[in-house]
Amino acid sequence: MTSLVIAEHDSASIKGATLNTITAAIACGGDVHVLVAGHNAAAAAQAASKIAGVAKVIHADSESLAHGLAENVAAQVLAIAGNYSHILFPATAGGKNVAPRVAAKLDVAQISDVTKVDSADTFERPIYAGNAIATVQSTDATKVITVRTTGFDAAAATGGSAEVEIAAAQADSGKSSFKGSEIAKNDRPELTAAKIIVSGGRALGSAEKFNEVMTPLADKLGAAIGASRAAVDAGYAANDLQVGQTGKIVAPQLYVACGISGAIQHLAGMKDSKVIVAINKDPEAPIFSVADFGLEADLFAAVPELTQAL
Amino acid sequence: MKILVPVKRVVDYNVKVRVKSDGSGVDIANVKMSMNPFDEIAIEEAVRLKEKGVATEVIAVSCGVTQCQETLRTAMAIGADRGILVETPADLDLQPLAVAKLLKALVDKEQPGLIILGKQAIDDDCNQTGQMLAALADLPQATFASKVEIVDGKAQVTREIDGGLEVLSISLPAVVTTDLRLNEPRYVTLPNIMKAKKKQLDTFKPEDLGVDVAPRIKTLKVAEPAKRSAGIKVPDVATLVDKLKNVAKVI
Repeated sequence: MTSLVIAEHDSASIKGATLNTITAAIACGGDVHVLVAGHNAAAAAQAASKIAGVAKVIHADSESLAHGLAENVAAQVLAIAGNYSHILFPATAGGKNVAPRVAAKLDVAQISDVTKVDSADTFERPIYAGNAIATVQSTDATKVITVRTTGFDAAAATGGSAEVEIAAAQADSGKSSFKGSEIAKNDRPELTAAKIIVSGGRALGSAEKFNEVMTPLADKLGAAIGASRAAVDAGYAANDLQVGQTGKIVAPQLYVACGISGAIQHLAGMKDSKVIVAINKDPEAPIFSVADFGLEADLFAAVPELTQAL
Repeated sequence: MKILVPVKRVVDYNVKVRVKSDGSGVDIANVKMSMNPFDEIAIEEAVRLKEKGVATEVIAVSCGVTQCQETLRTAMAIGADRGILVETPADLDLQPLAVAKLLKALVDKEQPGLIILGKQAIDDDCNQTGQMLAALADLPQATFASKVEIVDGKAQVTREIDGGLEVLSISLPAVVTTDLRLNEPRYVTLPNIMKAKKKQLDTFKPEDLGVDVAPRIKTLKVAEPAKRSAGIKVPDVATLVDKLKNVAKVI
């Protein structure tokens, strides 16, 4: 029994979500191999070989793998899938994009967003926006899994010394091509890996106010910025900052919700945070029902005051 | 060009579901059912492409119990031209792989140029069916779309990814899955609801399509998540800072 983890990386380094996925793979039992598929990604493959608990790194390098196109990455995974009992992806935008393609080609079901490994074939996963937890058993020979990173600790990034094996890259599908990307550049921690998140809701009222009120607090705390769906839909914050059932699932040490009422879809994305602070002027806001510390106040006064006080 | 849009009947997004006391599942008897919100966005996008003259016909398809006909009627009220129901027994646990196989059979039959699906259903939260269909039909995919344009026989799709956006160009036929910001679905009007009742709706069984829909995953237990109890209210910012520093010790 051997597991394969599909690494998420930026060619130079391994992204944090991969480390949590490796922990889940170890829990499945057996050896853990890591696939680094990319272009000029030798540094990422080297980094993967140092992760504690990894027995082997398979590095496939080709221009066709440069942008993580689902068709090409899936083909790369399928080329070696026969050697593995478990194939695990982090439940990130990248992992969710590729994993079902692999599962369907193998004619096996996929188990999405696993939060706990009970045994080699039995897993726990949230359903209905986390309002229920299902324990499911796979009857398939190969288990294709996406891992909710908040459910597992990160494996140590150093301490291992796995061999790196070079695999031949699969041919480009020719059906899909990368045209460009707009990735927000900032020095903030990544939302899903941040220790502290400050998150704003519709009450901010405009993109200018969102930025004016939330950014200084985030800077002061060294925090990532998140937002409710309402704030994103209204254009106050970028799409990829949405925290919730169908956005980012986060579990930081501290989550500060400012002007967020707390719809169940939002709570689904942040209720596993260690400490939750809610600042809201509506005493009936559902967010207070999950908050460790609730402050009933106008956020336009309270948030700058909090920024000052820190 | 035909566009095929699969739609799923799910518990309405405003309903807070209850776990059954015997742990066998969630109680969906007598709760409001609606079209999966992402699928509404998919239908809207397909109808807009038809209104722009890019598509000639929009076909809505739903897999599941008889009542999925209501979901198909809603899709036709938004503007789909006809509907297909693949009817499965009420006691069958219909899973994404089986749905993808049913859809693959319909893709073979209807030969659409584009298949637009919701990225995820809000009941099982799987986020699988579109990608599985693309794999089975050997089609390119663009998931989590926030913009779709058809240019020179290709789809140019802006995708929501971690950290921002990316643009892909995929050859048609192709599979696209919708994210929230792709469009805002229209409200259905009464005249369109009436018109939808007269539109063609064909029904198939999985056997008619030669698809084995047996579940591959067994649900052993469904439980309530660990409850998070409400904490305390603090009177002012100074107390909040004190609690965070000295009680929670997180800053």
